[in-house]
Amino acid sequence: MTTSTASRAARGAGFNVTGAALAILFLFPLVWSGWSSVKGQPGSAQPSGFGFGNYRYLASYGEGVVTYMVNSAAVTAMTVAGTLLVSALGGYGFARFSFPGKNLLFLATLAILMVPYATILIPLYVLLDRLGLQNSLVGLSLVFIMFQLPFALFMMRNSFEAVPRELEEAALVDGCSTFAAWRRVLLRAVRPGLVTVALFAFLASWNDFFAPLILISDASKFTMPVAVYSMQQRSFGAIDYGALEAGVVVMALPCLLAFLLLQRHYVRGFMTGALRG
Amino acid sequence: MTPGVSHSETLVARRVPARRSLARSRSLQGIGYATPTAVIVGVFFLLPLALVFWMSVNRWPLLGSPELNFPDNYTKIPDNQLFVDSVWFTLKYTAIVTVVLSAVAFALALLVQERRPGVGFLRTAYFLPGAVGFAAAALLFYGLYSNEIGPLDGILQGIGLIDEPIAWTGTPNAALFSTIALVIWRFAGFQMLILLTGLQSIPLELYEAARVDGATSWQAFRRITVPLMRPTLALLLVLSITGSLLAFDQFFILTQGQPDNSTITMVMVIYREAFFRFNLGSAAALSVVVLVVLVALNVLQLRILRRDRTESEPS
Repeated sequence: MTTSTASRAARGAGFNVTGAALAILFLFPLVWSGWSSVKGQPGSAQPSGFGFGNYRYLASYGEGVVTYMVNSAAVTAMTVAGTLLVSALGGYGFARFSFPGKNLLFLATLAILMVPYATILIPLYVLLDRLGLQNSLVGLSLVFIMFQLPFALFMMRNSFEAVPRELEEAALVDGCSTFAAWRRVLLRAVRPGLVTVALFAFLASWNDFFAPLILISDASKFTMPVAVYSMQQRSFGAIDYGALEAGVVVMALPCLLAFLLLQRHYVRGFMTGALRG
Repeated sequence: MTPGVSHSETLVARRVPARRSLARSRSLQGIGYATPTAVIVGVFFLLPLALVFWMSVNRWPLLGSPELNFPDNYTKIPDNQLFVDSVWFTLKYTAIVTVVLSAVAFALALLVQERRPGVGFLRTAYFLPGAVGFAAAALLFYGLYSNEIGPLDGILQGIGLIDEPIAWTGTPNAALFSTIALVIWRFAGFQMLILLTGLQSIPLELYEAARVDGATSWQAFRRITVPLMRPTLALLLVLSITGSLLAFDQFFILTQGQPDNSTITMVMVIYREAFFRFNLGSAAALSVVVLVVLVALNVLQLRILRRDRTESEPS
């Protein structure tokens, strides 16, 4: 009896120590980047002590960090709005209607997951040029919406399927068109699904590096990841690490906050994706 | 003939086309709702997919007009030493990172699967790096590994593990393993979440029955957890292999292919071919090769996965 209590206590302590040590290991780089972005470093914009010199340097780097933030925010807003609109309409269509080509379109959408990023971005570089969308944040957002669609459409189709048919039928009997029922009744019922889709679209489009690297060549249109990368590249020999970490903090902070606030919705996205996969 | 019969006949006759037109109207509405999806998938996925095949059979300079040159872009691939080397490097990276990452993620998932005080905090802590963008994470580690500002040398010297600063990305092997550490930091929590959803779908009664039968916790792990987790593990494997074969951000930013071009991945060569050598045609041919390999691999993995399922279900 006493040995089993003792061994349980030992195991509990072992769990706490291992768990805490690992937590420190995982959180350390995040804390360090914040700390080193304000800590003085000879030769940087914050030569000594603590302060926001690196952030002030960042604010005036290139076109100014505000420009890049606005670009990133614009692309993210367009991607989130576009993904929500397309997947909320499409999800309803796929959950409640039958029409010719339905399965084919669904398979084509899921096939996006199978195709390497580079394979599709090389021709997109040529295609967006022909469409007059070269170097355009709108073009970049449309590409992001396409990459989000497999997950978003799958998620929204499942969400609409989970809504009881009676809810929709009651609205239709009251003389609503299907569109009015969608807009007034169903959208409210699938809100958790919409939040999950929005969160995934936000994290993906805010953070993506490869697509803007290829599709955007005009420095005034750079998004944050490409802008900070160009800062790392430009300074031959003497890399301004403090400013680099300040850039990392500016990029990471919105994502960390969004994740901490909406954690539950993020995990639900996993459940639908992982369990069905 | 009574009036009632003819009345009901006309009703039936009228109802059939009415139902047919309702079905048609439903089908048209369905098409309407799916149209935005169809436009996005058609214009930004299917069209470029067709275009990449067309580009791959043309000499397609970044500027200037393309001309047909099939099969030159493909026959030149074996001569592209950088690409051949990158294939081997990418395969090596994929093998190592897949094994290490899934082992770490499995350990984390087992550690935090039981509900006890503090577990919620630990789960969040392990996952939090996953919320940071991958490019941002690579830039973060670029500073972390620098001998100028990075804290690692100081810490390790402080506890007496090393005497001199380490060149964290200085040799091919150091560069590879430093990058793998970044990838594990960024993705272990992500994989842990997927594993947790799998672990939580195993009924607790199974473990209780095993305990009643006198099984040790190791036996329970071997006989219950591992077999029932196979579908989830297989999913992780597919995700990890696919993601690693397409590795770009981590090496492009952190090691920049150095030292001595030893850490160049396939996608980096495709990028270089297109935007440094301005040869979109041969970049397209390389992308087609990567696409074919990846699709074949996915089909193979799915088939193995399905066979696993049908084998394990009757028992």
